[in-house]
Amino acid sequence: MNALVNEFIIKLKKRKIEGSKATAKLTAEVLRSCISQQRLPHTNQAAALIDAIRTIGEKLIAANPVELAVGNIVRRVLHIIREEDVSLTAAAVGGLAVSAGSDDEDDFKQDDHPGLSAAAVAAAARSTLRPPSLQTLLEDIPQSTAAPHTSSSGGDSEGKSKSADKNTASRKLKHNVIEAVNELIQDIATCHEQIAEQAVEHIHHNEVILTLGNSRTVMEFLCAAKEKKRSFRVFVAEGAPRYQGHALAKELVARGLQTTVITDSAIFAMISRVNMVVVGAHAVMANGGVIAPVGMNMVALAAQRHAVPFVVLAGTHKMCPLYPHNPEVLLNELKSPAELLDFGEFSDCLDFGTSSGSPLLHVVNPAFDYVPPNLVSLFITDTGGHNPSYMYRLIADYYSADDFVVKQSSIS
Amino acid sequence: MVAKKGGSKGGGMGGADDAEEELARTPLQAIVLADSFTTKFRPITLERPKVLLPLVNAPMIDYTLAWLESAGVEEVFVFCSAHSKQVIDYLDNSNWFAQPNFSVTTIESHNAISAGDALRSIYEQHVIRGDFILVSGDTVSNMSLSQALKEHKERRRKDSNAVMTMVIKQSKPSPITRQSRLGTEELFMVIDPESKQLLYYEDRGDNLKGYLSLDKALLTDTSISLQNDKQDCYIDICSPEVLSLFTDNFDYQHLRRDFVKGLLVDDIMGYKIYTHEIHSSYAARIDNYRSYDTISKDIIQRWTYPLVPDVHFFGNSATKLERQGMYRAPEIKQSRSAKIGPFTVIGTGTSIGNNTEISNSVVGEGCSIGSNVTIEGCYIWHNVTIEDGCKLKHSIVCDGVTMKSGAALEPGVVLSFKVVIGRNFLVPAYSKVSLLQQPIKQDSDEELEYADNSSGITEVPSISGTLDELKEEERTELPDSQEYEVGDGGVGFIWLVSEGGQEEEWRHSVAPIPVDKLVGIMQITNDEADISNEDGAFLPPSGELGPDSITNDSNEDGEDTRDDSVIFEREVEATFQRAVEEEVTEDHVILEVNALRLSYNMTSADCAGALFYSVMKLALDAPHDSPIELVKNVATAVKKWKKLLKYYLPSIDEEIEVILKFEEMCLESAKEFSPLFVQVLHHLYDQDIIQEEAILDWASEKEEAEESDKVFVKQSEKFIQWLKEASEEEDED
Repeated sequence: MNALVNEFIIKLKKRKIEGSKATAKLTAEVLRSCISQQRLPHTNQAAALIDAIRTIGEKLIAANPVELAVGNIVRRVLHIIREEDVSLTAAAVGGLAVSAGSDDEDDFKQDDHPGLSAAAVAAAARSTLRPPSLQTLLEDIPQSTAAPHTSSSGGDSEGKSKSADKNTASRKLKHNVIEAVNELIQDIATCHEQIAEQAVEHIHHNEVILTLGNSRTVMEFLCAAKEKKRSFRVFVAEGAPRYQGHALAKELVARGLQTTVITDSAIFAMISRVNMVVVGAHAVMANGGVIAPVGMNMVALAAQRHAVPFVVLAGTHKMCPLYPHNPEVLLNELKSPAELLDFGEFSDCLDFGTSSGSPLLHVVNPAFDYVPPNLVSLFITDTGGHNPSYMYRLIADYYSADDFVVKQSSIS
Repeated sequence: MVAKKGGSKGGGMGGADDAEEELARTPLQAIVLADSFTTKFRPITLERPKVLLPLVNAPMIDYTLAWLESAGVEEVFVFCSAHSKQVIDYLDNSNWFAQPNFSVTTIESHNAISAGDALRSIYEQHVIRGDFILVSGDTVSNMSLSQALKEHKERRRKDSNAVMTMVIKQSKPSPITRQSRLGTEELFMVIDPESKQLLYYEDRGDNLKGYLSLDKALLTDTSISLQNDKQDCYIDICSPEVLSLFTDNFDYQHLRRDFVKGLLVDDIMGYKIYTHEIHSSYAARIDNYRSYDTISKDIIQRWTYPLVPDVHFFGNSATKLERQGMYRAPEIKQSRSAKIGPFTVIGTGTSIGNNTEISNSVVGEGCSIGSNVTIEGCYIWHNVTIEDGCKLKHSIVCDGVTMKSGAALEPGVVLSFKVVIGRNFLVPAYSKVSLLQQPIKQDSDEELEYADNSSGITEVPSISGTLDELKEEERTELPDSQEYEVGDGGVGFIWLVSEGGQEEEWRHSVAPIPVDKLVGIMQITNDEADISNEDGAFLPPSGELGPDSITNDSNEDGEDTRDDSVIFEREVEATFQRAVEEEVTEDHVILEVNALRLSYNMTSADCAGALFYSVMKLALDAPHDSPIELVKNVATAVKKWKKLLKYYLPSIDEEIEVILKFEEMCLESAKEFSPLFVQVLHHLYDQDIIQEEAILDWASEKEEAEESDKVFVKQSEKFIQWLKEASEEEDED
């Protein structure tokens, strides 16, 4: 188990895993194998499991603090353990009170967290609102709470009913947790499709869509709209210095989309012709702010100036329960200046042996931008469209407040 | 130790298709030489091997290993020679031995004094089974090896003689950049632009005086490109044959000077070396203090990403990057009034006092820096104490150093381990201070560059003892010169500047190059640019390539020849003196002088002159009280070396040259001879060294000369007269 974790940590440290989706998936898989190999005592199993995951999680987060997806998944897994523990206890207390009753039980149990009771309500809402958009968000939420369970929460209750039948509590928790983590991995894998499903509602005929850099989610989203016979044009800003926009343009053209490549600096000039900006994100913070590839803030400001909707696509694994002012969140990573300049050509400017010993040329190559929440019009996640101001509640569904700070608890 | 797999090794060199499969299956191996076999980092390297010196707070070898690991190398053999125990202990305590898919094995040898020896002893171990990466343990890089490896293997499949691929990188061609960045000399390479084959390699551009001599055979190819804007990264992808080549040619020592040049010159075996140029990635080797400085700054500026301080690439402590490239580890105690400038790294547990200013520097772990200290462009390692009011500029301060209050370091100073600098003491520029005394042994000779550090360490007491013990030991060893020269309460010896003299120190120190030197380099560059417009002469195809084959610049012909002849004379004199001291037979002296004559492109008359000068010098140096004794000395010396002198005097011309030389001596260097001119001349005549025709010719030649030149002719008038008469008498007979 340790070898597996160590290998993953080294990969994270060396920045060998790129992209939040791959990182999230690998983190979940590593944690799953940790859980399955973890030996549990007879009493207080959940606490033991949480402690174990926390110690590993802390190491993983420290390995690459910039990649917030690692922390997100660790917290998600911790939350899953807590939830399963609660439902198991509930099942033990309430006998075979399952399915419909379980929701009430959850509400009741979580009363000690005043913030979370509302979250549970929202959780139900999230699962029922399948094709959501801004309109549905603005409608009354309470009426949907009574709706029958689907998808993830349905799976939960199924697991609970199974576990209630068995009396060997020791294996139940672990089993349930692993099941739930499997589901999480499944969710991460399919979040593209779920986001893409909503594309037709947002993209209309003869529209012009602008995007920056390369995001797989964005590509799937655009292609899904194309498949539904929508005809529209895409402007791709190339995304210096890594020029991932070029790769995106290539793929879009391969899928038969009308594509125009522009430089990043031409965004302001082109934005007046654009109907909607659709971009991917590196992470979504609890306040609705977005950490995205560099240049995104400029796009968001341009969009705001011309009143163009700025839509951010993000799978739930990108949602981070932390606020951007948290010192634990390393907002940026400075990459090698070699992406900007050719070292050989500029070697005479980087002369340290002359004059005062410090070169006159400095090259800064930040990887990310922070887009404040007021510039974002809409988030589209795999559970539907959400307003930036709503993010904190959505996040409360996925994470327990106890786990926000992974590190502190391991010290105490 | 990795098990021997003799079979697969044999297969690796076999048929083309087989070989490729074979290579694909064998894990990628690398050899890391954890010893540079040079003395450029002395005195620091007397106490700690170079690869363990901290580079931005992490030992150099960590950078090399981390890069190799991320480049997909699976097996690494770390070759340790000097301080091998320290290297092995370090690797033991680090996690390098416990990495998944990355095995590190140490190979220890105590008698290796060069890279050649190292590779020979690795060959004997039979651990290398396929293509391998050869680097030294002070390489910093983030390049991906896959492309270079692929090219190398493809070439190997087509041509089994392509034994090596060298990694090169573009750099600005101006020597000022080369000098000020990595402190290296100009490098000239001739590369076939099509195949990327390396045809010529010369890394001592400065010695060429603006001229480059190429083998004519090179010019028969369709196209070649001569490049001086490339930087050698000292990363080589080698085939297993390289090791056996080193074993076959047991005199190969240096990787570049002997091996690469040797292969390029050797046409019989037909081995070929190719190059691979990298563009966006970083690769450089720490060769001297200046490149230590430059590479540290490149790391701080993140050119080596992901090998930067805030990424835990290996074992380095957690560091956070703040604005303007300031890296700060946790648990730093910093006064509010302290100013920490941009591009500075501060290690864990360091405390910084009031009003202290730090800029462009690296400060290690656990240092305590007092108030009102100024630190600029310095590399301060771990657990250093700097008291109030010290001033440090462009220096390296090793572990455990204490600087008492008010002490100051001028640019280019190196303070080795545990040195104590006394109160208010000013350490002069470019000086090196160590607790160990400078070895008396001279390292001036080229050969001795290979004298490894271990030979140094055997002479000095072990450093494991405490400071007091060390002092005690030294005190007993050297009771007289026990005065420490580093101020009140200071502990340490200031090392004398090595042979090259103060003149050369600035080239390789961490301090920026002084403005006047920069102007000097620029001057040379401009001169070179002028010269390069003219056509250089090419040597005949059989000519040797190398600094020896200098073709003189026609503009400065007189000047240059003069320089050369002075050097030549000096060399001949040295040879002669050695001959006298070691009683070498005349034949051997003749051989050596002939060799010198060839390499300096001199005539035999020059040799005769130089030898005569040496003989006279010998006589002059022998103890004498009166002119009479001096004449006797001359007589004995001439008698003893008569055969030698005669050898170089085949004709009258040479003899005249000797007389002229003697005249010159009497006028300039050895005025003692001037009253004895006739006597010596007569003696030479008696000994048949100089014939009468020569003397008469000389006299007639001098007749037209100015009055002042005729001093000696007049002096010897009688002698000449006598000679003339004698010859007339003969004629009459």
